[in-house]
Amino acid sequence: MKSLYSLIFLCCTVFPVQAAIEAYQFEDAATEASYKELIKELRCLVCQNQNLADSDADLAKDLRQQTYEMLIQGKSREQIVAYMVQRYGDFVLYRPPVKSSTLMLWAGPFALLLLVLVIVVLRIKKTRSIDAPEENSLNQAKQLLEEGQNNSETDK
Amino acid sequence: MRFLLPLGIFGILVALLAIGLTMDPKKVPSPLIGKPAPEFTLPMLHNQARKFSPEDLRGEVWVLNVWASWCVSCRAEHKVITQLAETGLVKIVGLDYKDDPSDGRRWLDQFGNPYYLSAVDLDGRVGIDWGVYGVPETFIIDKQGQIRHKHIGPVDEQALQEEIVPLIKTLL
Repeated sequence: MKSLYSLIFLCCTVFPVQAAIEAYQFEDAATEASYKELIKELRCLVCQNQNLADSDADLAKDLRQQTYEMLIQGKSREQIVAYMVQRYGDFVLYRPPVKSSTLMLWAGPFALLLLVLVIVVLRIKKTRSIDAPEENSLNQAKQLLEEGQNNSETDK
Repeated sequence: MRFLLPLGIFGILVALLAIGLTMDPKKVPSPLIGKPAPEFTLPMLHNQARKFSPEDLRGEVWVLNVWASWCVSCRAEHKVITQLAETGLVKIVGLDYKDDPSDGRRWLDQFGNPYYLSAVDLDGRVGIDWGVYGVPETFIIDKQGQIRHKHIGPVDEQALQEEIVPLIKTLL
């Protein structure tokens, strides 16, 4: 029984440890929220497929510190993002801005979708025109059907 | 005829992937090229009472080489930087990045010191201002104090002869 109690006690005291994230103190929840949002949207340049929040790299740690200090100084989100872009370029953003150099990135998938839609529509139209019977052949078919019906009725 | 379209698409894909293979995603173009070199004032490695600032070299073409004693590829680069120093074309300023100054000094004692001087960036703040993300990095600054070139990663023999030295010669 004693060991069970100590086990429960241990479970209560051992908190999950997050090595990568420093514990920063914020005065209000709004600043903390923008901190978390910022480090999610900024890319770590050392391990390029991670954001600042996930990366354990030294530079990511420094940039988190920088972000934190700028927020405490009362800098806005836009100012912090501009600070990072000025130094590291658009690459630091996980959501790159729309400009001439990123047009392919933003418009590409939609252009491709449009192209495929056009091709599909054209294909469907083509097959429809083949399937649709012409007027006189339709009449001919009807006539034949009627004749057949009449014949079968007289046979009875 | 019916294979023409898929074959064409395949061809375009191959071309795009081939272009992708020739590009290095680790090399992020610096937005600082053509912009004034970020200002700083840092203590010198060998005499911490004295300070260095890029302003001190205004009117000269110079090279800023970011290095550290903990940086393995800086060792590989060291002989190439020494080679550049031996041409006597430009002053090379070292930025000892996030390094213990005594380790930095020992490193230079061991391998030789090609630098005009080295500045100590203990907390990496100046590194951030210069957009440093992978040591070693090498910047070329012109007489007007503008950054003209950035080399990410160790400078090798080829980069030195084909990019860096020719550029420095046009700037002088």
